[in-house]
Amino acid sequence: MPRTNTTIAVLSGKGGTGKTLLSVNLACVAPSSIYVDCDVEEPNGGLFFKPEAITVFPVSVKIPVVDEKLCNGCHTCVDFCRFNALALVGQKLLVFNEVCHACGGCTLICPQNAITEQERIIGRVEMGISGNVKVLSGIMEVGESSGVPIIRKLLADPATPELTLIDCPPGSACLVMESIRKADFCLLVAEPTLFGVHNLAMVYDLVRKFHKPYAVVLNKCLAEDNPAETFCQEHAIRVLGKIPFDYELGFMHSNASIAARESQKYRVLFSSILEAVLREMDR
Amino acid sequence: MKQLLILSGKGGTGKTTVASAFIKLSHAKAFADCDVDAPNLHLVTSGLSTATCTDYMGMQKAVVDTGLCIGCDRCRKHCRFTAIQNHVEHYEVNPYDCEGCGVCVAVCPVGAVSLQPAKAGVLKLFCTADTVFSTAQLEMGSGTSGKLVTEVKKQMVNQSAGKAPLAIIDGSPGIGCPVIASLNQVDLVLIVAEPSVSGISDMRRILEAADRFQVPTAVCINKYDTDMRHSDEIENLCLETGVAFTGRIPFDPAAVRAINCGKSIVDVDCPAGDAVRNVYGNTLRLLEERSGR
Repeated sequence: MPRTNTTIAVLSGKGGTGKTLLSVNLACVAPSSIYVDCDVEEPNGGLFFKPEAITVFPVSVKIPVVDEKLCNGCHTCVDFCRFNALALVGQKLLVFNEVCHACGGCTLICPQNAITEQERIIGRVEMGISGNVKVLSGIMEVGESSGVPIIRKLLADPATPELTLIDCPPGSACLVMESIRKADFCLLVAEPTLFGVHNLAMVYDLVRKFHKPYAVVLNKCLAEDNPAETFCQEHAIRVLGKIPFDYELGFMHSNASIAARESQKYRVLFSSILEAVLREMDR
Repeated sequence: MKQLLILSGKGGTGKTTVASAFIKLSHAKAFADCDVDAPNLHLVTSGLSTATCTDYMGMQKAVVDTGLCIGCDRCRKHCRFTAIQNHVEHYEVNPYDCEGCGVCVAVCPVGAVSLQPAKAGVLKLFCTADTVFSTAQLEMGSGTSGKLVTEVKKQMVNQSAGKAPLAIIDGSPGIGCPVIASLNQVDLVLIVAEPSVSGISDMRRILEAADRFQVPTAVCINKYDTDMRHSDEIENLCLETGVAFTGRIPFDPAAVRAINCGKSIVDVDCPAGDAVRNVYGNTLRLLEERSGR
């Protein structure tokens, strides 16, 4: 049996290529596993797992609070803040919470010690159980701009002796970087379209930039030429599995059913992909 | 200039497919791709000139001058982003973690830390005699995508100099900073929804976000025939909540082939192309009504 205490991040650059499909199903076919939904802006993993015994942990950031009796309007904090989160209107100091990065600079630098910090909730982590899978979902409040603190909270636990699958957000920016930071292996999901290939090329650059071992799984495969497969051949990228374009699978997925739990055929397919990934990691 | 922004919440529902069709149908003189960390609109925009590229400078990044550093550890201790590491011989800033707040500069007793300009992406401009296409590519792993989105839109508006009555803007997935930045000054958001449990959950969140910033919304469904029950649910949800519904687009292999050849779906004769014409007509009528100009 290959090692199980390992963390695999599933990412794609482009949205809708099958990150959640792959990470949810891989988590299900392992004897026991942890699934972590880092797509905190649009989390969907919980819709599939329907976890029970949910515990909720709020996630907060620190924001500055001004003591108006102590503030003498000296402007030092306003000049210091590079995020324009503070403004002095007349003699009143205003704080724009949504753009504050919680660096703590204003509190530190105020000559009057007029600024303290207060917690502000920006989202939550939900932890629950679905059969053999422990499900962790990060959920950002609507209207917030950055989910990075929620992803940090999701991945803050020390390494567990269990197989962990991280369902990443789309794109290639800070949220994705934060999500793959602790991953031992990156699994790139690609679809056979012009857009799919272009975004595969971007996350391929990203995982190499962060020196992560990686391989590709091709999703929505048809009988005709697959431009994503061609890209992998040209760049000598290992392809560890192919998921067919299949109405039955699509329909199970659109109804938030987990294919590996509903269909023997897909249980076999996702088991073989997981085995291939674990073997690849041991190479 | 009226701005129509295409969003979806969930990724991969067909934002760029719809945006590129709308650009063709409206003969748009101004358009932009605000999905700066995975831009694709340029791939289906025919007749592009060579891009004029400008470096996009994001937040400045801290740099430690190891010659001046006395190893007091204050910068590392005060950094909320754990961006400063203490190696055996010296202190080093990880530029991916540094958010450029300047706390380290403020606490260093010997002036060994400074903030330096840092490139965070490239702003691209494609101009022909009468069209302006503004887009960008964020550097891998970078933050500040919202600021770059603002730059993309600013470039589009400035370059078209009031000559374009309508701008079509392709947005990014999610509901976070790049999406919020793209909503600024928009007259109508068209949400491309996907008929699935996930698609509906994500659509609700983007509708709530647009509402929060008081931007009018409309919804269309892509690949509606892959799941009729959830398509009906989306249309009912729009009816119940008073969100305008502008039509359904079928799943169409001919549309996929058109995109893979770098064409928009109205460049070929196909059912999805016919359906998107209808969605376009309804959306434009709504834009006229809602923006009231």
